[in-house]
Amino acid sequence: MEYFLELFFGGLTRGSIYALIALGYTMVYGIIQLINFAHGEIYMIGAFVALIVAGVCTIYGLSGVSILILAGVIAVIYACAYGYTLEKVAYRPLRGAPRLSPLISAIGMSIFLQNYVLLAQTSDFLPFPRLIPDFAFMEPVAHIIGSPELVILITTVITMILLTLLIKKTKVGKAMRATQQDMNMARLVGVNVDRIISLTFIIGSALAAIGGVLVASYIGQVNFYIGFLAGVKAFTAAVLGGIGSIPGAVFGGLVLGWAESFAAGYISSDYEDVFTFGLLVIILILRPAGILGKVRKQKV
Amino acid sequence: MKKMTVLFSILALALSMSATSFASDTIKLGVAGPHSGDLAPYGIPAMKAAQLVVKQINAKGGVLGKQVELLIQDDQCKPEIATNTATKLVTDGAHVVLGHICSGATKAALGIYNDAKIPVMSPSATDNGLTYSGDYPNFFRTIAANISQAELASGYLLDTLGFKKVAILHDKGDYGKGFADDMKMLLEKSGKVEIVLFEGITPGAMDYSSIVQKIRKNKAEALIFGGYHPEASKLVTQMSRKRLKTIFISDDGVKDDSFLKVAGPAANGAFVTGPRDLSSIPLNAAATAEFKAEYGAEPGAFFQEGYSAALALLNAVEQAGSTDYDKVVDALHNKYVETPVGKIKFDSKGDAEGVGYSVYKVENGAFTEMK
Repeated sequence: MEYFLELFFGGLTRGSIYALIALGYTMVYGIIQLINFAHGEIYMIGAFVALIVAGVCTIYGLSGVSILILAGVIAVIYACAYGYTLEKVAYRPLRGAPRLSPLISAIGMSIFLQNYVLLAQTSDFLPFPRLIPDFAFMEPVAHIIGSPELVILITTVITMILLTLLIKKTKVGKAMRATQQDMNMARLVGVNVDRIISLTFIIGSALAAIGGVLVASYIGQVNFYIGFLAGVKAFTAAVLGGIGSIPGAVFGGLVLGWAESFAAGYISSDYEDVFTFGLLVIILILRPAGILGKVRKQKV
Repeated sequence: MKKMTVLFSILALALSMSATSFASDTIKLGVAGPHSGDLAPYGIPAMKAAQLVVKQINAKGGVLGKQVELLIQDDQCKPEIATNTATKLVTDGAHVVLGHICSGATKAALGIYNDAKIPVMSPSATDNGLTYSGDYPNFFRTIAANISQAELASGYLLDTLGFKKVAILHDKGDYGKGFADDMKMLLEKSGKVEIVLFEGITPGAMDYSSIVQKIRKNKAEALIFGGYHPEASKLVTQMSRKRLKTIFISDDGVKDDSFLKVAGPAANGAFVTGPRDLSSIPLNAAATAEFKAEYGAEPGAFFQEGYSAALALLNAVEQAGSTDYDKVVDALHNKYVETPVGKIKFDSKGDAEGVGYSVYKVENGAFTEMK
């Protein structure tokens, strides 16, 4: 039972990070039907900015949680700026182009950002400080769920509640939903669609940056390449849950996290990916639009 | 008439052969390796090492009173070219050969030298089979075989650490899995250790918490990991996060300052194998200084091994008192020689004794060599 719980919480932690990143993929896809391949790189940039801020803060003698919050906030701001610029530079000029063009542009931006960080920083692995302290009250269960996992889970839950409130209760959220349903109609009733698209990129980037900071302080290392694998996994999670659906991304992330954790724990880590992607294939055969995805009827 | 021509040519051939093998007034040291192409950086330092050694020995009066002559041949690390290279060196009458550099090329060429009874010494070919198969009694090397890392680590684990239950992980790559397979084979053969887990992990995965929990569940006392430092840092960090006290044991791919830097305090107590620290050997520093004086740059890969091989080969000829194959091989096996990689002779397989790896323990954020 204890072993099951260990794997359960391991999978939950991993899954909630996948979910945070997957939200960015799914929101962008929901609105402009673009798979933003550079999204994983925003996650990586978030982690790097946090590392730099944490370094500066340590020099000024700040400690622990205050660094985590400050680094997190600045990382989010930077990531938002990158997300906004990315959309402006690489996707907006291609708005009317065939669907393959922005896709290629996205892959190009992904490679560009990776190499930019490689040149501006280093190709080496860098240590990331343990910004999340070990809480004394967690010590008896630290081998099942430690303080970092607890912080990751709480942060993810809060972030998702805020996101839901934003989309369901605010005027901006209503405009986003309208744009997702029908972009031209939304434009007709006075929604500034371009601004809504920019905002979607900004929100997605903020979520990715939060994920990046949390993961980096949990596993203790960053590298210019970490965004690629995380991005692939999160994209898988988004497809699994039903791309375009926000609850689907969260659900897909958790299912993927658990599938990997239990596959590695009960079968073999050799087959971790085989098992996970096998699951993806089975789910897509049974439900081609993903677990919670809606099949959009094509009107001719 | 045709018969006569054949006869004459055979006679002429015999004459030319005897001319090279008996009338030679120099000791011929063949040097084969990649001297052009993209693998040239692995071959050129050994070639330059041979040139430095020969220059020095000739200045002192040569070997057995004869000057040493270098026969340099490029094999580009390609097995198909290496066979031509070997044939050329045999025809040119090389007495001993320093080379080849790449394991594949060495393997391809060895049969030709073996038939011609020429001792060959590689500064860099680490393939296990070259010495362990027993097929090439004429082959020697001044670098340790791949498996020697696992031999050292498993010996240390059995004799010094005395663990009974171990888990083995690898990164699914050639290098990491090779080390893990060797460790598994050696530990199973000893019969003293139970291997509770043998799995590959995905390099670059977000975290390894499931596999860490699995190690805990299986109650492994030590985790043996074959792979490189990024995954190793992640593993030890997560083990410390999960309050797991399992001892971490790994290979040369982890003996890197990045491991200490990235894993930080979590790395303390880990054991890794890595090349022996040679900087205290006087000849080592002298050889490097000699190279710098001549070429004004750092020597590069396999320079010390190449220098040692050239010294060992020429010393064996000197000790044997002739270039006779059996006597030279006997000298290589039995007579010690001072080289930049230490005072060495060669074991019955052809591997240099005392060359190779040491066990290092991470203590207070630094690698400490275990004697």
